[in-house]
Amino acid sequence: MPAFADIIVSPIQSGVLLITLNRPQARNALRTQLLSELADALDQAASDEAVRAVVLSGGPSVFAAGADIKEMAELDMVGTLTDPRQAFRNRIDRFPKPLLAAVNGFALGGGCELAMQADIIIAGDNARFGQPEINLGIIPGAGGTQRLIRAVGKSLAMKLVLSGEMLDAHAALAAGLVAEITLPELTIERALQLAKVIAAKPPLAVRLAKEALLKAFETSLESGLNLERKAYNLLAATEDRREGIAAFMEKRKPTFTGR
Amino acid sequence: MSYNTIEFGIADGVATLTLNRPTSLNSFNTEMFEEIRAALKQVKDDPAVRCLLLTGTGRGFCAGQDLSDRSVAPSEQLPDLGASVENNYNPLIRAIKGLQIPVVCAVNGVAAGAGASLVLACDLVFAARSASFVQAFCRLGLIPDSGSTWHLPRLVGHARAMGLALLGDKLSAEQAEQWGLIWKCVDDDKLMEEAGGMARHLATQPTFGLAMIKRAINASYTNTLDQQLDLERDCMRLGGRSEDYREGVAAFMEKRKPVFKGR
Repeated sequence: MPAFADIIVSPIQSGVLLITLNRPQARNALRTQLLSELADALDQAASDEAVRAVVLSGGPSVFAAGADIKEMAELDMVGTLTDPRQAFRNRIDRFPKPLLAAVNGFALGGGCELAMQADIIIAGDNARFGQPEINLGIIPGAGGTQRLIRAVGKSLAMKLVLSGEMLDAHAALAAGLVAEITLPELTIERALQLAKVIAAKPPLAVRLAKEALLKAFETSLESGLNLERKAYNLLAATEDRREGIAAFMEKRKPTFTGR
Repeated sequence: MSYNTIEFGIADGVATLTLNRPTSLNSFNTEMFEEIRAALKQVKDDPAVRCLLLTGTGRGFCAGQDLSDRSVAPSEQLPDLGASVENNYNPLIRAIKGLQIPVVCAVNGVAAGAGASLVLACDLVFAARSASFVQAFCRLGLIPDSGSTWHLPRLVGHARAMGLALLGDKLSAEQAEQWGLIWKCVDDDKLMEEAGGMARHLATQPTFGLAMIKRAINASYTNTLDQQLDLERDCMRLGGRSEDYREGVAAFMEKRKPVFKGR
């Protein structure tokens, strides 16, 4: 594994890989190098059979306060059009395994967008989400207008994006942006624990479930149901399904192999 | 840093913040808000501070808003009291409630309006026998602010909260103790001894755990039992990992006095 500077990749534990954004001095501002490293780390995790789920954290006090403004200021229109960060974001999007975000403190702008690229957000009760781009004369540029509205609905998404105001953890929970809130000291631990639960599930079923759920945002109900049925049928051919059902009948714990 | 409207000092792990505008019964003006804000930031940022003691000089604790302060003076343009609450009072109450250390209040005299509200935001309140509490707002066409409408019914129940807030009558320190509005009423000349002693005692206790107790009890007002049970589990998990817990158990086993560090 190549050495990373902007992120820390912890050893795999019980199938779970923890990736920590590591620019605390810059409140984890998402400069190009960081996103590049994150995309690389996730690509590796995607092809590593030992990894069943990934937790993405910003450490104990901040998730990510946004893009690197200095870096951003240097880009003109040609620069933004050829900005490599978009490609890294796309690679993060395509990560096929469960991705959990453990959010403490600020998740703003690009940081909020990164959290929303995760499948599940676990937040400390000190977490604050927001898309303050409007204050800089720009708009969210990494999915903020698209993912936020899908997560919290029109009215609240409009309020956040147009006013730049922040959403606290309790409000984010009520709005459905996050799955759970916990004490900030336990956010990463809780995310890892949930990731381990997921990592112990049959990986093919987990993968197809994630795929089918994400498709719901992109297709008509009919094609979505169609895809769900196809994925469901496909799983009928797996050893893990046989094992799951047999274990249930025999009242024992299943052992899944990922086949 | 030197202050004009408050006194502030740190000793024996206790930060003492004394409201100090005795000629106006320590009422709030803009400068006092700024100075309290600065002092509370220092309290929050200094890990050596493990208890806050809040009191006032002179014959009053705090008479609430200084009505002669321009920010709320009735003038040709109607004042926006909402802005004053939003910018000054609410941040003050949030700052006090959010402190991760016990907050002891020594009410040395009358606490009226937002002055009474400030008292209710503290964790352990001692009041001098001559002190009193007045929810003065109803006499001006306003409502108890700075958290009073939240704290009052929780502390004394619906009926008494309504009576206090709608009538604005003076409540004596003794009655306040009987009603459960405050922790303890003490003789005037014993106030600082008792409250100060309590603050110094708390500063030697496992304050990391005490902060979690505050957190849990404050959260209970909005949590369901299930949420609260989960919160207790999480706090116990953190408490069990604290240095203070280890020290507490070790000291018990070794039959010695524990030395807690608040971690």
